[in-house]
Amino acid sequence: MELKTLTYIVVFSTFGLYFAIAWWARAASTSDFYVAGGGVGPVANGMAIGADWMSAASFISMAGLIAFLGYGGSVFLMGWTGGYVLLAMLLAPYLRKHGKFTVPEFIGDRYYSKTARVVAVVCLIIASLTYVIGQMKGVGVAFSRFMEVRYDIGLGIGMAVVWVYAVMGGMKGITYTQIAQYCVLIFAYTVPAVFISLQLTGNPIPQIGLGSTMADGSGMYLLDKLDLIVTDLGLQEYTTSKLGNGINMFAYTLSLMIGTAGLPHVIMRFFTVPSVKAARASAGYALVFIALLYTVAPAVGAMARLNLMNTIEPAPGQNLVYDERPQWFKDWEKTGLLQFEDKNGDGKIQYTADDTTNEMVKVDRDIMVLANPAIANLPNWVIALVAAGGLAAALSTAAGLLLAISSSISHDLMKGVFVPNLTEQKELLASRIIMTLSILVAGYLGLNPPGFAAGTVALAFGLAASSIFPALMMGIFSRTVSDKAAIAGMCAGIGVTMLYVFQHKGIMFIPGTSFMGGMEQDWFFGISPNAFGAVGALVNFSVAFLMVKLTGPAPDEIQHLVANLRIPSGAKAAAHEH
Amino acid sequence: MQSEHESYWRENVRLITVCMIIWFTVSYGFGLLLVEPLNNIRLGGYKLGFWFAQQGSIYVFVALIFYYSHAMNKLDKKYNVHEEGGDE
Repeated sequence: MELKTLTYIVVFSTFGLYFAIAWWARAASTSDFYVAGGGVGPVANGMAIGADWMSAASFISMAGLIAFLGYGGSVFLMGWTGGYVLLAMLLAPYLRKHGKFTVPEFIGDRYYSKTARVVAVVCLIIASLTYVIGQMKGVGVAFSRFMEVRYDIGLGIGMAVVWVYAVMGGMKGITYTQIAQYCVLIFAYTVPAVFISLQLTGNPIPQIGLGSTMADGSGMYLLDKLDLIVTDLGLQEYTTSKLGNGINMFAYTLSLMIGTAGLPHVIMRFFTVPSVKAARASAGYALVFIALLYTVAPAVGAMARLNLMNTIEPAPGQNLVYDERPQWFKDWEKTGLLQFEDKNGDGKIQYTADDTTNEMVKVDRDIMVLANPAIANLPNWVIALVAAGGLAAALSTAAGLLLAISSSISHDLMKGVFVPNLTEQKELLASRIIMTLSILVAGYLGLNPPGFAAGTVALAFGLAASSIFPALMMGIFSRTVSDKAAIAGMCAGIGVTMLYVFQHKGIMFIPGTSFMGGMEQDWFFGISPNAFGAVGALVNFSVAFLMVKLTGPAPDEIQHLVANLRIPSGAKAAAHEH
Repeated sequence: MQSEHESYWRENVRLITVCMIIWFTVSYGFGLLLVEPLNNIRLGGYKLGFWFAQQGSIYVFVALIFYYSHAMNKLDKKYNVHEEGGDE
């Protein structure tokens, strides 16, 4: 069957599945809408967290980043998984014990302050909104590449799909569609990887294949071969090339770990399980499901890089003739993500590290996963599957983020602060209306990405790491941190992080407004702006403890609240207690 | 009662500290700080430091969470602070 038809069939049957699940899991109460009624089992919740967490960036971009960064790409692998250890031990069980609907609600209760709650809402909205723009772009891109519809139409279809199941089902609908989306995305990710690993090394398990010898009879290890090819071209060795200096890699990994543990749309998922015990276990299951993709990704990256190099230069000195290039090469040239310029006029493709002789003038990192099945000559149904997987990854994350945004507005700002006498039915209606508006805003921003969309990763992780994570952790592990200390800490943490990001990347990422220059030599200890969240977190902790010393500890009843948080017994399903 | 709860919390914090030391060692230690010496050792086609950075640390993270979860369930029972009917 023709690829395009096949892709349409696969993608629209997955959409049909999501709709069916959404209809079956409609939300009837605010408890259904915010925390899926509080009755999701740990394995199911782990799977939903997996889909919630793994976004278009994990599915499409990460393996490509690793393919070109080599060892330096490890910061993403460790950073985006190690955060779950922090979640499981430092946050999730205690937040579940507290038993409320949202992250800002916990901060408001623990720090007995509406101001703290509003500060948390602001951090949450900025972090989640910047993140959701990336997902919307991912949806648009997947549609336009695979199904040849216009970017804006693809984006519109994606918005409509999310609207149906997120607005109808709230957290309940999102949870069960995320479980289905996890299955789609992990299947779509691992199937091509298994095929390619089998082709290259004869071992079907990519994690083992990456450490095996080549199946071409040379007896050479795959990674050694890749090291040899890239160093021959004058590039840095694949298995040792660093990302910046050692301090930068350290800070980058730490920022991503703390940021992961502080992202509200992930934390919120722990409110849906029935007990403290289930919250701990579901963090473990979540990481199992995430690790399935994250341990395959380095194999996908390295093998795709090897396949790309081998296609262009099958043997040293025997470069591919441009007119004989394969079909996938032509397809990706059309999208502008792959560009060739015959600098020496010999009609052959030279791919080198030197800008004056390199003729592959553009190789977009994102195509490594998307073009991978075609490069390896895999059947069409595998390519169609990758399209459905990419969409599942983007849609599931977008839904989780949209719920985080709308619940923080309807539950924290409206019910919690400005309209306290809102009835449950009205609150449910309000959250549906706000969710609809959030989808429209996210769609608009996906269509007209503001200048700062390029820096979304820096901002979302930086904010979560420097404000939300420290506030939550101190709230549990210290009895004495007071309202003033927490607010000062959050503001100082965000302040320092934003200042650093803006001074190097421009105010709100507007080019030319950076007042320190974006160059590496200006970086503090060589730490890149993306990696600065760890420093922001440190500032947050220090300022908060200093404030406790200066202004005194939290009152007795809050110290009792903290003591109670630490004990699992007496946990109830998350509910209204107003 | 109060002091019982406090020793429960102290044991929990001790357990977390041990887990965090392992967490730090496999990722920041083996994967980043000690990567160069470890790369002299091979694990099949993998250099060992590279393997910890791209594979090993993640496996250890998974094992750590399940270990912690299991140990805490026992601790909850020991101090009788487990949830009512919390055996699901």
